[in-house]
Amino acid sequence: MSAPTYDLGKLHGGLRLQAHKSDSTSEPIVQIPVPDQLILPITQHAGDPAQPVVGIGERVLKGQLIAEAHGSLGAPVHASSSGKVVAIEPWPVSRRYGDDAPCIVIECDGEDRPIEPVEKHPDFESLPPDALLTWILQGGIVGLGGAVFPTAQKLMQAITCNLEYLILNGVECEPYISCDDMLMREYAHNVLGGAQILLYALDLKTCYVAVESDKPDAIHRLGEVLAELGDERLILKQVPTIYPSGGEDQLVQLVANREVPSGGLPTDVDCLVQNVGTAAAIYDWVLHNESLISRITTVTGDGVARPVNVEVRLGTTVGDVIEHVGGYTGQARQLIIGGPMTGKSVTSDRVPLVKATNCILVLSEPVSLSDEVPCIRCGDCASVCPVQLLPQQLFWYACADDEAKLRSYGLTDCIECGCCDLVCPSHIPLTFDFRMAKARIRELADEKARAERARQRFEARNERLEKEQQERDEELAQQKEDARNAGADAIAEIMQRKQDEDK
Amino acid sequence: MWTAVITIALVALAAGLALSYAWRSLPADSNELVSKIDELLPQTQCAQCGYPGCRPYAEAIVSGDAQINLCPPGGDDTVGRLATLLGTERLPLARHPELERAVAVIHESLCIGCMHCRNACPVDAIVGAHQLMHTIIENECTGCELCIAPCPVDCITMRSLA
Repeated sequence: MSAPTYDLGKLHGGLRLQAHKSDSTSEPIVQIPVPDQLILPITQHAGDPAQPVVGIGERVLKGQLIAEAHGSLGAPVHASSSGKVVAIEPWPVSRRYGDDAPCIVIECDGEDRPIEPVEKHPDFESLPPDALLTWILQGGIVGLGGAVFPTAQKLMQAITCNLEYLILNGVECEPYISCDDMLMREYAHNVLGGAQILLYALDLKTCYVAVESDKPDAIHRLGEVLAELGDERLILKQVPTIYPSGGEDQLVQLVANREVPSGGLPTDVDCLVQNVGTAAAIYDWVLHNESLISRITTVTGDGVARPVNVEVRLGTTVGDVIEHVGGYTGQARQLIIGGPMTGKSVTSDRVPLVKATNCILVLSEPVSLSDEVPCIRCGDCASVCPVQLLPQQLFWYACADDEAKLRSYGLTDCIECGCCDLVCPSHIPLTFDFRMAKARIRELADEKARAERARQRFEARNERLEKEQQERDEELAQQKEDARNAGADAIAEIMQRKQDEDK
Repeated sequence: MWTAVITIALVALAAGLALSYAWRSLPADSNELVSKIDELLPQTQCAQCGYPGCRPYAEAIVSGDAQINLCPPGGDDTVGRLATLLGTERLPLARHPELERAVAVIHESLCIGCMHCRNACPVDAIVGAHQLMHTIIENECTGCELCIAPCPVDCITMRSLA
């Protein structure tokens, strides 16, 4: 067994938060049965929406492809159970921007009949790595840590880089959330098996499995499985319990002691980070042909009767999940999809559970927003910022809508972790303001790019028109010239022809 | 002391001559200013300012023929940016309302393939051949509305993207 090691890098800032994790880890994972209806959004990943390939009224089987990857950074969607497609329509979903999104609605027949497995690769090492990556693309697997970036595309980008380490992210630093913890406890084989597949596909020699120190059971279980596997390439690393050490760049800093450059990716410092849930999903897909149709989610908070981790089919509504584990308590007031720091508050429990949903948090007291008062420039926000930005300056420029300054002060590197909000004595909703400012910057950049393109096309068109005019003028001049040169001979010839015709 | 005075006077004279020579003989760099203004304009090429495109409007601003508040697609934001660049007063937009982003759509079943809209498009965003249906490349359309008037069968409408 590889012992947890402590040769770690140092993370700037961060906070020690009250974790609330033990609330939901006392019981094993509860299986949620197939609901009556599944609502599957066609966008459950970071890229362009998937294209539905089933029609209304069509019968589908569990694991059947119902929407295929389309456009840039696409990922397919599979049916989570068997049944009939009854609608493809907008449905309330939990997203950062916007409320309704197109969803495929399946009425389940309760039989849960699976589709015939197409290919299983128990011996994945017989496949060439690029074929393995193409295969992973078809499993609908996306990063389950929260960003839902399509995994295959991330791997395909990574394979072109000169990588050194694979880092499995089992840190799960946000309070309340414990789904990765339970996954590592109960499915440690799948997680580490997924790591082995990734190591093979990327041709790497080292994989660090990073787990936060507040998950002793998970560390213990992973250690046992590691000893069983006897794979020297997998190394368990225990990282300190500080929020947000589970951020991708922060984890690279901690585990590999390398700083990801501003605007860059971990691959720029020869690392690739994958969530433990993603690794397990890859294992299930490659070895058992089980596409990503279910996930483990934490249902917790003082607003639910029985805080617990559940394994639930994608498309099940949040309301169905909560009902199955005992419903709400009388004091439930606020429903958050995701954790308390980065999650999104929703107003209805009709929203479906999607690939990104790692937590359903029901709180009794809505997080009270105290009245915002002016910034006193204490600098507390700067000392907790894990990206070493200056939130108070950024706030200043966000208020002034000063795009150039926002850029030069690194707004685009903000990971929206929420630490600055929490420590701000003036209760300024900094993260919210930064999110808005980021959207504004993106909009301006788009506008600029569009204008530049239109300018180029306008100029190209003018050039073309000018050229056409010039060609016409030249041709006309040439004709005139020809006529003049031809002169008397031509006239005689024409007269001759005319006479011949008359005869 | 006189040496110093004469030296300074000579240096000043030389500098003055050089400057006046430069002023007269080198072309004023209005081109650069035109480009800077052009960069701030939205490039819809809609001609609503009265000039046949964004760059011609920029040229008119530099030559003093046009005010900075004639661009409806750019809106008050653009007027503000132009005022900052040129150090002039921030005028209210000459024509309201400010336009929201939209693209033209050809109703293809009605299109007779006359090519009039294609010839009117300032950014070549309409494809189609004579007597064949035309369509608009949505990504390239600037929403200038210049294709609407020439259409003899009124089959082009604007679709808002806001």
